[in-house]
Amino acid sequence: MSKTIYLDYSATTPVDPRVAEKMCRYLTAEYGLFGNPASRSHSFGWAAEEAVEEARQQVAALINADPKEIVWTSGATESDNLAIKGAAHFYAKKGKHLITLTTEHKAVLDTCRQLERDGFEVTYLDPRPDGLVDLDRLAAAIRPDTILVSIMHVNNEIGVIQDIDAIGQLTRSKGVLFHVDAAQSAGKVPIDVTTSQVDLMSFSAHKCYGPKGMGALYVRRKPRVRLEAQMHGGGHERGLRSGTLPVHQIVGMGEAFRLAREEMASENERVRSLRDRLLAGVSGIEEVYINGDMERRVPHNLNVSFNFVEGESLMMALKELAVSSGSACTSASLEPSYVLRALGRSDELAHSSIRFTIGRFTTETEVDRAIELIHEKIAKLRELSPLWEMFKEGIDLDNVKWAAH
Amino acid sequence: MTVYFDHNATTPLDGRVLAAMLPYLQGAFGNPSSPHRLGRLAREAVGRAREQVAALVGAHPSQVLFTSGGTEANNLALKGVTASFGAGRLLISAIEHASVMASARSLAGNGWQVDQLSVDHLGRLAREPYVAAIADSRLVSVMLANNETGVVQDIAPLAELARQSGALFHTDAVQAVGKMAIDFAATGAHLMSLSAHKLYGPKGIGALVRDKALSLAPLIHGGGQEFGLRGGTENVAAIVGFGAAAELACSELVARRERLLFLRNLLEARLSAQIPDVVLFAQEALRLPNTLFMAIPAIEGQTLVLELDRRGFELGSGAACGSNSDVPSHVLAAMGVEVTLARCAVRVSLGVMNTEQEIEALVAAMKEVASQLRGVAAAAWA
Amino acid sequence: MAYSDKVIDHYENPRNVGAFDKEEQNVGTGMVGAPACGDVMRLQIKVNEQGVIEDARFKTYGCGSAIASSSLVTEWVKGKTLDEALAIKNADIAEELALPPVKIHCSVLAEDAIRAAIDDYRTKQGDDSSETDEGRKSA
Ligand SMILES: Cc1ncc(COP(=O)(O)O)c(C=O)c1O
Ligand SMILES: Cc1ncc(COP(=O)(O)O)c(C=O)c1O
Repeated sequence: MSKTIYLDYSATTPVDPRVAEKMCRYLTAEYGLFGNPASRSHSFGWAAEEAVEEARQQVAALINADPKEIVWTSGATESDNLAIKGAAHFYAKKGKHLITLTTEHKAVLDTCRQLERDGFEVTYLDPRPDGLVDLDRLAAAIRPDTILVSIMHVNNEIGVIQDIDAIGQLTRSKGVLFHVDAAQSAGKVPIDVTTSQVDLMSFSAHKCYGPKGMGALYVRRKPRVRLEAQMHGGGHERGLRSGTLPVHQIVGMGEAFRLAREEMASENERVRSLRDRLLAGVSGIEEVYINGDMERRVPHNLNVSFNFVEGESLMMALKELAVSSGSACTSASLEPSYVLRALGRSDELAHSSIRFTIGRFTTETEVDRAIELIHEKIAKLRELSPLWEMFKEGIDLDNVKWAAH
Repeated sequence: MTVYFDHNATTPLDGRVLAAMLPYLQGAFGNPSSPHRLGRLAREAVGRAREQVAALVGAHPSQVLFTSGGTEANNLALKGVTASFGAGRLLISAIEHASVMASARSLAGNGWQVDQLSVDHLGRLAREPYVAAIADSRLVSVMLANNETGVVQDIAPLAELARQSGALFHTDAVQAVGKMAIDFAATGAHLMSLSAHKLYGPKGIGALVRDKALSLAPLIHGGGQEFGLRGGTENVAAIVGFGAAAELACSELVARRERLLFLRNLLEARLSAQIPDVVLFAQEALRLPNTLFMAIPAIEGQTLVLELDRRGFELGSGAACGSNSDVPSHVLAAMGVEVTLARCAVRVSLGVMNTEQEIEALVAAMKEVASQLRGVAAAAWA
Repeated sequence: MAYSDKVIDHYENPRNVGAFDKEEQNVGTGMVGAPACGDVMRLQIKVNEQGVIEDARFKTYGCGSAIASSSLVTEWVKGKTLDEALAIKNADIAEELALPPVKIHCSVLAEDAIRAAIDDYRTKQGDDSSETDEGRKSA
């Protein structure tokens, strides 16, 4: 069997070899760097602590933050939980209303659902059909008791980039905290917290060539944002997040973010040209719909609906490609992507969507092979599709009365 | 060359564990939630590791829930299981790790009555107060082995009493696992916390073993991973590392135990001979084979540890988490050890790679430091 | 999603793909499912004078299991009388293809498609015994 072509970099990325190499030094005994950074009594502990602080600077540097504003977590899911629950509980006396988008990641949506069970109220806004938030509607949704707005920087399924500067201006002017899930944007979109009025920002290492199980939360110090800790214990991370620091993972995230900062500009160029090649390659196919705005979008994402072909069978046909239909977390279920539904896409088109995400190790040959496969398999599946036949006969499928099932 | 004697703080990763982990960082790097082949490989690897960890503690794989470490497992146990209760009474031992203490404090903030159970002079839970308190308690948390003294609690009868009175029983087995045989079912506990980095596995991964009949609320929402009880992309490489470390601990348990006991016996014998006034805490209690909590009277623990560090020996002065504070060990306080002596405490926690020569050298260094600091001639040779 | 070898075989080499002219008197067409639900199956049967299904065709929009279920059914109905074909149950299909629980609905859909095709054929023959047929069978 030929090798899988990996086009699922938004689900996860391989650890960059340079990152892996550095991580390994902090694991086994031979380098004397495996210590517990909380061990203040000996040099193994100090060496570990030094490595942790270097990594903190590297992560901070990518977003132009102060290292003191970075809190380590086990991933963006935990960061989202800590940011949203931590702020909600800390500021509950001020108000109990939050605002988010229906297209957020489950880490944000499920956390908001939990807060609703705990007596908070959450407004879920639909984005515009292009996936971007409507600022007027957001402004109108803010109430005197609103304490937090949580809007992701880059959507994991369709890759659209929200204007966090404009949203930040709005939230700051209304005295509302602004949390941004930046799991999909770090290393792909420049971020500068000194100019963006973001108060809390979540990061994940494994979306950026670092290890899984590692994340960070940016917590603004000026003006100071307060959180109620969610994980209690030895008081690590200034009491905001307890637990022995996984030094190798932290070092890995630091190195991954350092590389991202240095290589983002050139990598984006390369990835964009591959993405555009893929886009051009599939554009020739009839009845293909691009999901999400193409302008305000990260360069590595292409989300396409192939009308009259069902997504799961397409995935099966494209098994030589590792791609995803919907987000990794939802594709195990039979539900069509809730993100595409929120954009107003029909269930059919939502069912027919495939997300291609290109990355650091994707080659032109791979993209060309992908295009070839897509053409071949779409043709084959449409040959099998009664809907395609009806479409070709000029039947308007919207007027067909389907036997409800 | 530095010699590491702080294995209760953390252990170096076993080379074989690293070898098991590496493929999951780069080659088989998929997200276990992905439907494609790379996703499936990752999913299968997580499944295998779940079996290996379950086997180490005699549990069923479906009872093992991976967390980001022992701290999270303790938080999830205490907060997750009480989420569906109204406030009630929680019993914890006075010698728990900070993560249990702090989780309990957070529950106290939600209206729970938290009571600390006393221990005797050897650090063993006192039975009478426990029996008296259990009747109107809803949850108990007693650690299986203490991180400072290494003292092992006989938890089975305690869990049995808890079950009889309808209370839930949690045990923090982070220090115990890999150093002694554990059978989850036989302990009678409903919940048990584990962490990989104390058994030559990686940091940042742990597990909560649970009775599946319990209703447990997640602490981290979103994504539906870990049976819907712990959101977040699985830390596949670390999970694989935990599994490999668990399997090795399982197959080498007896050999490791014998080796560690031999080394500690040597250490204790040499210390008693070379430094006659040395105090070995809880020596008569059942302890983990690798742990020695000790004090050289009139020599501050912090100073001793720093002096030894300068000579290339790495020791702990108690729990890693608390070692930045000047408060002497809460464990020794609970055992009724005087503050002046408690300030002198240092912890030697051995690992399977330590050697007899290292032990001899450590004792010699301790003796040298002691005599220097005391400004007196070395004690007589025995 | 782990598919069984049989699903993969039918999916990769679907049998009897295509269409008959649905206006023809001896053709019965059944279309079940809905695009919004993620699967639509169209099964056609060609029935000879002896009331035996002599040929079948399908087209399916849906997941691999849906495609495999309908492909399998075209093989199974061939050579069967209408009543025999009606006796094919979704459980048989699910078992043959080793469908996981989340995919059982595909086999249900395939059974429905057989019914719908036979109903259509019988209606065309001016025969409204389909209900009685049902009744007789379950009696
Ligand atoms: C008894 C005990 N419980 C819990 C923990 C916390 O585990 P982790 O370091 O994996 O968060 C430790 C170690 O630090 C410990 O010794
Ligand atoms: C937008 C977004 N937020 C959060 C997460 C969760 O990150 P992690 O897997 O590090 O918990 C993901 C990825 O799964 C994501 O795409």
